[in-house]
Amino acid sequence: MSLESLIILFYVLVLASYLGFELIAKVPPTLHTPLMSGSNAISGITIVGAILASNELGYTTISKWLGMLALILATINVVGGYAVTDRMLKMFRKK
Amino acid sequence: MSITIQLAYLIASILFIIGIKKMNKTKEARSGNQLSALGMLIAILATVVQIDVLSLSDILICIVIGSAIGLFIAFKVEMTQMPEMVALFNGFGGLASLSVALSDFWLKTQGLQEHVGVIIGTSAALSIFIGGLTFTGSLIAFLKLNGKINGQPIMFKGQHALNLVLLIGAITMAVVALMHQSDPMYILILVGIALLLGILTVIPIGGADMPVVISLLNSYSGMAACTTGFVLNNNVLIVSGALVGASGIILTQIMCKAMNRSLLNVLLGGFGQTGTTSSGDGEEMVVKEVGVEEAAMLFDSASSVIVVPGYGMAVAQAQHVIRELAEQCEKRNIEFRFAIHPVAGRMPGHMNVLLAEANIPYDKLIEMEQINDDFPNTDLVFVVGANDVVNPAARNNPQSPIYGMPILNADKARTVIVSKRSMGKGYAGIQNELFGYDNCLMLFGDAKQTITKVVSEMKEM
Repeated sequence: MSLESLIILFYVLVLASYLGFELIAKVPPTLHTPLMSGSNAISGITIVGAILASNELGYTTISKWLGMLALILATINVVGGYAVTDRMLKMFRKK
Repeated sequence: MSITIQLAYLIASILFIIGIKKMNKTKEARSGNQLSALGMLIAILATVVQIDVLSLSDILICIVIGSAIGLFIAFKVEMTQMPEMVALFNGFGGLASLSVALSDFWLKTQGLQEHVGVIIGTSAALSIFIGGLTFTGSLIAFLKLNGKINGQPIMFKGQHALNLVLLIGAITMAVVALMHQSDPMYILILVGIALLLGILTVIPIGGADMPVVISLLNSYSGMAACTTGFVLNNNVLIVSGALVGASGIILTQIMCKAMNRSLLNVLLGGFGQTGTTSSGDGEEMVVKEVGVEEAAMLFDSASSVIVVPGYGMAVAQAQHVIRELAEQCEKRNIEFRFAIHPVAGRMPGHMNVLLAEANIPYDKLIEMEQINDDFPNTDLVFVVGANDVVNPAARNNPQSPIYGMPILNADKARTVIVSKRSMGKGYAGIQNELFGYDNCLMLFGDAKQTITKVVSEMKEM
């Protein structure tokens, strides 16, 4: 990786972190638990990395097994996280 | 990487941001979550279409297995167990990031015999370290929360020194692993140290601090995904990881403020272990008991009631019968509200979820700052399964370990009824001086049973 592309990635990191702080500071305490399980589902984005890793066939088997382990775990995170967040948010209804 | 895939990742990132933005409002939160899920689907599909047809079946099998497990857990979990589940999922996220980074590092250094540059190598080492720490740390939090291991802080001599030595060891191993890439031993030792440090850093943290730990681990799982993004040179991982990392940090800050403690103070452990030995244990308190009939009469004659719910209420499954109590009060035109302390429950906002499950409208749930001045004008405060968050020692007793923690001013109401099984101590292990106050009455017994009796008494009035 070149230094220039690293700096671009750092731009992305800094701006996304700042945006994250700004967005989340306004979330009311009522929604903190769903926010947390929802953001946990987002952290399952590692699934993209896992797919790329387990695709690299024909090299060492260890890489492949690690990739597939990551894929299962990240999928649990993504699917379980979104499903349980939806289940919780369904309960917040105004009477 | 093709332009289409980059565009798909960009759209996914935008959907994540809009999704979180919509979490600001209760009405829009559900659609926000769905948008975020759509973003994830787009990111996954874009990634799947570019993979080899050869490995497609393997990948799909893994996704099917993961989805089945995820859905099973998501629909089976009780709302009281939400903190355990989030802790477990955080752990999975951490291990997934570790695995991806290690997989990539292994492939390049062992499989392809390439030499990995400093940038990728450092990112991989960081991802492995944070991922490993998150994995075992979350497992310990999970085991503490569901009672498989003791929730009390576990401390031993030289703990902090050992952690420091391990941290230095991890940095050394990362540097050596980058210099001698042909030998995989060093990177594996780094994995081992990270896993060990995760155990050692969470084990001294007591149960009362769990809301802080959960949000911190949530942040770590995001950071792990973020560093994996640097390894793979992948923007969507960096954006999403940073969003999650920021969210965890903010919630951690909110939780620390709610307990008037610094993050360092929480991490070094030991909420409550001073309290059991020193203050409050010497003198026996004189408490006044109240029966169900009398309690029902007190509710009947009140014109305003505030309920202070705690985790004890949720464990006794008393939230549904409290809704019935609320209905009885509303029939009599009694103002009925709930006062929610920021650390009520086992994770940020947990109490709100538990009450929402019992169909209690969320506009009846009032935050501490909004309701604290109303207590002196309130006839009756009903404390159910909460303890430390109404302990006046936080205001009056500089010796108390919870001194300085903002509390709900329940003691300032005209009458306080405390529903409690026995005189046992709260999660922080501190005696509550409120129970000895003149205006405080104890309603002993299982919360669900006693409140059911109070409700049926009220129905007969």
